[in-house]
Amino acid sequence: MSICLCPGPLIDSGVKDKSVKRMQICRAEYRVIGRFVEQLRPTRQCMKTLQTQFPHLPPSTLLSIFSQEYQKRMKRSMARHHAPDVIKEYYQRYRSEAKTRPAAPLLLELANQVDLSPALLARLIVECFLEERQASVGASRHVLNNMLREPYLIPDLLLAKHVEQCTVNDCCYGPLVDCIKHAIGLEHEDLLRDKLRETHLSFLDENQLRAKGYDKTPDIILEVPIAVDGHIVHWIESKASFGDDHSHHTYLNEQFWSYCNRFGPGLVIYWYGFVSELDCQRDRGILLRDGFPLDIVTLCQGPARGRV
Amino acid sequence: MAALLESLLLGRIYESQNFPFKFSKEEFVPFVLNFLWDQSSQALTHGPTTPAKTPSTSRSRRSAQRPSLGDFMTSPPEAQPLRTAAQRPQEEWGVWWVCVRPSDGNSRCCDGGRRSRGVGRNEPVATKPSRRINPTPVSAERPNSKPKSCFTSTALSLPSSPPTRPESAGAKLTAGSPLSLQEERELLRRERSELAQQTSSPLKTTSAIRTPTKTVHRQGSKVTPDLQSPCPDPDKVTQKSELDLLAELYCTCISENLVPCVFLELFFMLQLLTSRGVSVSESLTWETDCVYFSVRVLENQLVSHLDKCTLRLLSENERVGTFSSSLRDRLAQAQDSCTAKVSVIPFQPATDNRTNFSSDRAFHTFKKQRDMFYGLLREWEDSHKEPGWDFEAALGSRVRTMVSQLTAAGSHSHFAGLFQKQLIQMCKGPCVLGSSNNAPDADLLGMLGADSLGRLKHLQQCLVQPQGLFGPCPPPSFPGHQEFFKHFLQTASCCQLNQHLKDGLCQQLLKLDEVSILAPDASPALGEETGDGDMEQQVRKQRFSTVLLTARLLAQFLSFISFLPYQTTELPSRDIQDAAITLRSKSSPVLDVCAVLRSSVHRRRTILTVHWMVEFLSMLDYAGPFLSCYRTALCLLLQIYKMVLGRGGELCYMNQLLMVAVLGWLFQIPIFPEDLFFSTDLKEEVKELEDITSSQGLDTFPLVDQQLLYTCCPYLGEFRKLLAAFVAGSTSKSGGLIRKITPTSAPVNSRSFWPCRPCAFFHNQPPSLRRTVEFVAERISSNCVKHIKSVSHHLVSFFFFLHVNPCKSIKMFSSFHIFLTLCVVGLCLCWSS
Repeated sequence: MSICLCPGPLIDSGVKDKSVKRMQICRAEYRVIGRFVEQLRPTRQCMKTLQTQFPHLPPSTLLSIFSQEYQKRMKRSMARHHAPDVIKEYYQRYRSEAKTRPAAPLLLELANQVDLSPALLARLIVECFLEERQASVGASRHVLNNMLREPYLIPDLLLAKHVEQCTVNDCCYGPLVDCIKHAIGLEHEDLLRDKLRETHLSFLDENQLRAKGYDKTPDIILEVPIAVDGHIVHWIESKASFGDDHSHHTYLNEQFWSYCNRFGPGLVIYWYGFVSELDCQRDRGILLRDGFPLDIVTLCQGPARGRV
Repeated sequence: MAALLESLLLGRIYESQNFPFKFSKEEFVPFVLNFLWDQSSQALTHGPTTPAKTPSTSRSRRSAQRPSLGDFMTSPPEAQPLRTAAQRPQEEWGVWWVCVRPSDGNSRCCDGGRRSRGVGRNEPVATKPSRRINPTPVSAERPNSKPKSCFTSTALSLPSSPPTRPESAGAKLTAGSPLSLQEERELLRRERSELAQQTSSPLKTTSAIRTPTKTVHRQGSKVTPDLQSPCPDPDKVTQKSELDLLAELYCTCISENLVPCVFLELFFMLQLLTSRGVSVSESLTWETDCVYFSVRVLENQLVSHLDKCTLRLLSENERVGTFSSSLRDRLAQAQDSCTAKVSVIPFQPATDNRTNFSSDRAFHTFKKQRDMFYGLLREWEDSHKEPGWDFEAALGSRVRTMVSQLTAAGSHSHFAGLFQKQLIQMCKGPCVLGSSNNAPDADLLGMLGADSLGRLKHLQQCLVQPQGLFGPCPPPSFPGHQEFFKHFLQTASCCQLNQHLKDGLCQQLLKLDEVSILAPDASPALGEETGDGDMEQQVRKQRFSTVLLTARLLAQFLSFISFLPYQTTELPSRDIQDAAITLRSKSSPVLDVCAVLRSSVHRRRTILTVHWMVEFLSMLDYAGPFLSCYRTALCLLLQIYKMVLGRGGELCYMNQLLMVAVLGWLFQIPIFPEDLFFSTDLKEEVKELEDITSSQGLDTFPLVDQQLLYTCCPYLGEFRKLLAAFVAGSTSKSGGLIRKITPTSAPVNSRSFWPCRPCAFFHNQPPSLRRTVEFVAERISSNCVKHIKSVSHHLVSFFFFLHVNPCKSIKMFSSFHIFLTLCVVGLCLCWSS
């Protein structure tokens, strides 16, 4: 599950907006958004700018797109920020500034200056801090993660406060975001299950499949297949994110094709929309949708309207 | 021999009379076949459809062929020692072979090995072609040599010997009389000497360089319509009685299974039907005779079981209409077929989860293997039709990586199982038909489209498949998706995988061979109501066709894997081959073919077994037919063909037709030893085949329908091509025939319906569920039918009473009401099942 952080009410925005706003975006439009997003930082302010720029798209979709684009950007600049001397310089800068004006949101400012995700910067700084304190013992990953998750475990209280600021204000990285993403993912899986129950479709979910010893497990396997838009659907995978080229191809190779190879044709729901050109494998057994299908045809009753 | 035939035609001999000549059937039949072709080849020669477009390569084709005819005709037929098929000129094989399969270098039997083999065996014939004096059993090389010869001879004889043409046409008119034969001999002799000169010219090139492009070119050339040619008139047939007699003789040969391949003869008849003279005055009468003869034969033969399109073309053929309206009227049924989308083999926890693997590693490796395998399959689907795409280059290394991972994890058996299931799923049945249908359609397009030839040619080149067919006896091939599986095995060349596959294929094949088809699950149902036909019969037919199609596919792949180690591109020399035979005679064959065949005859299951056996034997390597077990099997098949099938009677007609078609095909493909068909030393097997122990078996039930026939023998589509080519040539007269060609588009609008309902439902369910449901459905429907029958019986009696005695009937009303309810319930049940 790859999910973006939605500021404010977590889930509802996406589902509510869907009925009003278009969520399938053609590739050209996606590029326009991608270019615009290049200059943005992961702050609330920037999110607002984004929404005013593309008012016809649901905010959750925009956030998801931004989040994914931002992650790509971070990966690209990873090498630049992670060079040992660069890290050292960041740490020195933080240390010297912390002495002069400890009350300011130092790490956030620094992150903004160097165009690095605040949460990632916090991680680098804490890493340095730990190294400095216990030079002999290499800072264990576990300890580091715990400290990021619970900043007041950090012995330096000032640093703890700054780290917390970063975690809270970063909408793309950090333990809080991971947690939210996970929750949104589960939420949507649950939503999917509810809809299936509402439509009286019998299914097996991921956990049941795992217990049976399946080697690859989509979120849902329908015990009795349905047809959507003339295509048979045996399995359904829920993705609480926007389906862009990069993520879709990763999913295709790691998940969707494998499901196809085992269970036949199926349906992928990108709850926050997708690049419309990607829905080109229908005949091969992968159908994309941006919500629970309304045009389900079941085996016995013929065309029926889903109740959503 | 010729004298016998002549006197027969002149009416001097009657059935009861003692023949003044003693000839065995084995000698007479090839003679008759030869005679027919010799007589008619001139007509085909006159084909107007190929003026000046003759590729230079065909000159050698002609030179290879004509002298033998000339030689034959010049020597006094009576004195001439008749030879069997074994001595037929071998170059002809080679030539047609190359023509048929111009490009597929991968296929084991199309690479010119045939030619060298013939040369190797018949040294004297090959070194002295001009001295060949045997009556070539034309059936051996007809399918392609005929069309070829017509192209060549127009090109050759038009400039060189214009004066002879009227003569030759005239000679045909009196075909059958001694005088005309004499004239023709003279004519042929002359032609031969001309040919001898041309053969020595530097222009001679081997036909091996004939490429698909050339074929296209040639077909394109057919497009030129002959606008002036008038329709032959049935009243102008010159030698009616002789032709009738000849047709009868010929029909007997065909119906008695004395010819190697029935459909080849049918093809020949259609060629005659569609033959055309160059210039009106000369050849019209001759053409008329040909058409008359052909229609007479067609009236008696199996035409009505050809497919819809062929039948339409045939019934719309103006010649058929004018010569025999009864035949035209009979040509009027049709059948459609639909294809299902292929799907993958579902993951079944019962057989595929961790507990079925020896180690975690094997489990996880297999998980990856499955995805890799389907990835390869998808990529192949996407790109194999692109020009210049090569399996080895594109996927070779990935296949090998995958197989080596398998070896490391030791999970061959699992993969072999998946491979086999996927093979069956994708390749049995209509899928194969669908994909191999592309090629003929492309050909049709090439022939029918009149205007932008260049564009059509290009289009056709795009559509040309490696197994592009020509003639009713194409060599064995791997159409459609089978090609992927074949290439995969070749590329992987993994002995462990092959062994596991062989085990699996063999096991499943023999299981299928035994499978019960007649009374699916409950035998009492069949016995008590023999008449309740349709439903039961439909179920039976469907079962049979599934089993048959699967079995033939398995047999082909089993044979392919088994003989893969022995396949050579070049024909090995006689010595090497003898050594190989000695060497291999000691090891046991993968399948005891003879025992399987014999038991099938005894149990009357030949319709199933013979068919897959033909597929199995068609994949033999060069030495294979000389190994005793396979040779015996081939002889057995011959016996079945000649003795069992020839007699007919017990077998259902369509069953028989299918067997005749596949056996005929086997006897014509190159791997079948030429000397076998007309040889006489096979009698000892007959007895054995005669004691049929079981009185009822598959063979006696109607199991084959037209759709199955065409699925199993896609080469029957050649008839359609031939007729369509004729249509292209006669547009002006028959008006808008061409307009009736509808573009075949992909099946749309399955959208709103369930595409392939039951398949989808059962896809991810364990197979046992499917069996259970099938059983229940079958029982319910059968019971419903029973109920409805009894209800209708009561209804009839009720109305009878109503008519006779209204008062009494009113009292019966209550029970009538019950009947009606029952009836409705029954119908509902029927539909829901």
